[in-house]
Amino acid sequence: MNFDDTLEEAEFRSRARKWLDENVPSDWRGRTTTPADIVEFIREWQARKADGGWACIGWPKTYDGQGATPMEEAIWGQEEGELATVSSFPIMIGVGMAGPMLMVHGSDAQKKKYLPPMLRAEKIWCQLFSEPGCGSDLAAARTRAVRDGDGWIVTGQKVWTSFAHFADQAILLARTDPTVPKHKGLSFFIVDMKAPGVEVRPIRQMSGDAEFNEVYLTDVRIPDEDRVGDVGAGWRVAMTVLMHERSGVAGADPFGFDNLLEQMENLPMGATPAIENEAVRARLADFYVRISGLEKTNLRTLSALSRGEQPGSEASIGKLVLAEQLVEQTSLALDVQGMAGIMTDESLAPAGGVHQQGYLRDLCMRIAGGTDEILRNTIAERVLGLPPDLRIDKKVAFEELPVSGTVRD
Amino acid sequence: MDFDLSEEQQLLKDQARKFLADQCPPAEVRRVFEGEESFHPDVWRGIAELGWLGTAVPEEYGGVGAGYMELCVLAEELGRALAPVPFSSTAYLAAEAISLSGSEEQQRKYLPRFAMGELIGTLALAEGPGMVTAASLETRYADGKLSGHKLPVPDGDVANIAIVAACDQGVPGERISLFIVSLVANGVDRQTIETLDPGRGHARIDLDNAAAEPLGRPGEGLEIIDRVFDRAAVMFAFEQLGGAQRALEMARDYALERFAFGRPVGSFQAIKHKLADMYVATELARSNCYYGAWALSVDASELPVAAATARLSAIKANHLCTKENIQIHGGMGFTWEFDCHLYYRRAKLLALTLGGEPEWQDRLIDRLRRQRPNAEQAAQ
Repeated sequence: MNFDDTLEEAEFRSRARKWLDENVPSDWRGRTTTPADIVEFIREWQARKADGGWACIGWPKTYDGQGATPMEEAIWGQEEGELATVSSFPIMIGVGMAGPMLMVHGSDAQKKKYLPPMLRAEKIWCQLFSEPGCGSDLAAARTRAVRDGDGWIVTGQKVWTSFAHFADQAILLARTDPTVPKHKGLSFFIVDMKAPGVEVRPIRQMSGDAEFNEVYLTDVRIPDEDRVGDVGAGWRVAMTVLMHERSGVAGADPFGFDNLLEQMENLPMGATPAIENEAVRARLADFYVRISGLEKTNLRTLSALSRGEQPGSEASIGKLVLAEQLVEQTSLALDVQGMAGIMTDESLAPAGGVHQQGYLRDLCMRIAGGTDEILRNTIAERVLGLPPDLRIDKKVAFEELPVSGTVRD
Repeated sequence: MDFDLSEEQQLLKDQARKFLADQCPPAEVRRVFEGEESFHPDVWRGIAELGWLGTAVPEEYGGVGAGYMELCVLAEELGRALAPVPFSSTAYLAAEAISLSGSEEQQRKYLPRFAMGELIGTLALAEGPGMVTAASLETRYADGKLSGHKLPVPDGDVANIAIVAACDQGVPGERISLFIVSLVANGVDRQTIETLDPGRGHARIDLDNAAAEPLGRPGEGLEIIDRVFDRAAVMFAFEQLGGAQRALEMARDYALERFAFGRPVGSFQAIKHKLADMYVATELARSNCYYGAWALSVDASELPVAAATARLSAIKANHLCTKENIQIHGGMGFTWEFDCHLYYRRAKLLALTLGGEPEWQDRLIDRLRRQRPNAEQAAQ
């Protein structure tokens, strides 16, 4: 065991570091307060990376990537994360998911048209998958695409779309045939978000914030050349997209445990700091054990990448552990504040009310990108080899399936 | 980045698993569990012949000198097999105490015999219920003799020697020192006691002016034991990890073969989600254990935090997996006949040896506080 880079990895890291040192704009911190600022900054940063050959390094050289190994991507992620700490979240649907999907399923014309501006972040992408009636059960999508001459007319409603109001393009899963079983009646499209009939409305979350959107599609016309894959093969294309929906290898302590420890040290609870309280200590110890376990699990994943292997199944536990961890840490941070823990006024609440905000926001992590329950199913079935659940929806025509709000005997 | 077992370590693990599957299957574990003997002499002899006891003992003291990573690999397999042998008492406790604090002469005298399996050793610390502190120990040392009682002592009924912690009346303030005591000498009386896990022997030891040989610097007994415990915590954590992993596999296998309501019980999400949680806990523990093993093997300054983390993580995983293994087996899991309870019993035994979870949570938080930037300034 050792934690050092191989010679090749060290060489790559120093090249990456050198380029970053010379190119990260020194003033990025002051320029990235609102979501609009962040998107603007990321467009500029991504273009600069593309000019230097450092955008989407994992993409093949044919598509202007470096053909970098997963380990090199991980190293780049660590180095870029340390210097340019603005999250590239707004472009991840594009470069992280839609791009790799197009390389597999897209036509030559689609690749030529969409990949270059995606790589430079000239175009921002969003994802039109989930609907009010389908989240975990994505294949139950009801948004309809009906054939109309040399194109399609799409009508329906999508939800939980991050950055929809900044997006130029979207990937869309829609139903083209409701008379066949649900997985077989879906097709996959690229949508111009500026097209007539596309309407973006922010969703007000339980926290009062609006980080996501609903997207209403009303008679939106899509040319047939923007269909990806065969008619009825949409589920397979969507699976390719979701395969790339992984958090990747997280950096060190993304959990803020050190901050939590600091808070417990500084906040008095009676005559002593909170950290002297037995119950607080027991919970902190539990948290640290899980956080440390996740960090070291990431090291095991990196080791597999470094050897040029696929990560082991242990890589599947990350988000499940992380989400619950965030929720519980925030809860403890409030508990030690006593009665004052209820205050959300930034000028009155400890730490500017950040934990109170977290209390109302963190729960999203347990649902987004695969709910805790779906992730447990996935671990049980794919890792432990347990049988799938009995399904009543796989052989029946989609239009025959019971849906929420209907009562059937 | 290479945070994984090497090929050689993986090979050692495979060999150990095969040896234990042949020589120490559940039926042999039960011979000790249900019988009169406190350990399995044939398995013990086999382990000694393979040189496992000398894995981390340097060659100059008659060991193999392979290292602690290798010893941890073996510990996982011993835990997985519930091996009924005095391995941990000898290799993790007695040999470690003498390695860390013994004189050259003591190391030459004892380590080769531990490594060969000629001598069974143990550490006698506790004196009944409750956490051990300097004030709680009543065993006294004076004029080369020890008097008092120790309870429970792991493998105390079969060990040849014990490292005994006692209040040293020759040291100002009567602080705690360590002593080596022959358990077959005059003035030593020992009785096997019943415990949660009859697969591992424990004893009460009464000392009445028993001859004792000082070990380590006088008055520093508890400091030495702290260091021994940090090291042993990592190795015990691997035994716990092995038990957790095996309990998870037993539960998974049973969930596949047991049918109810016309389908395997493993197709119900209630069971799947339990198994997924067991998997998560086991993987977190494995990652923490590997880090502990690394810290132990290079004697890193991270060891105190890494050891406490590995131990707590392994305690959690082993508790969850052995408990839910019984639940997933349903009524059969609660029978004497099924092996589930052997793992559940061992889980608690290992969780309490070296002190329980709350004690180690305290240690972990103390150590994390000390590690904080500015911690020293704050203390001043």
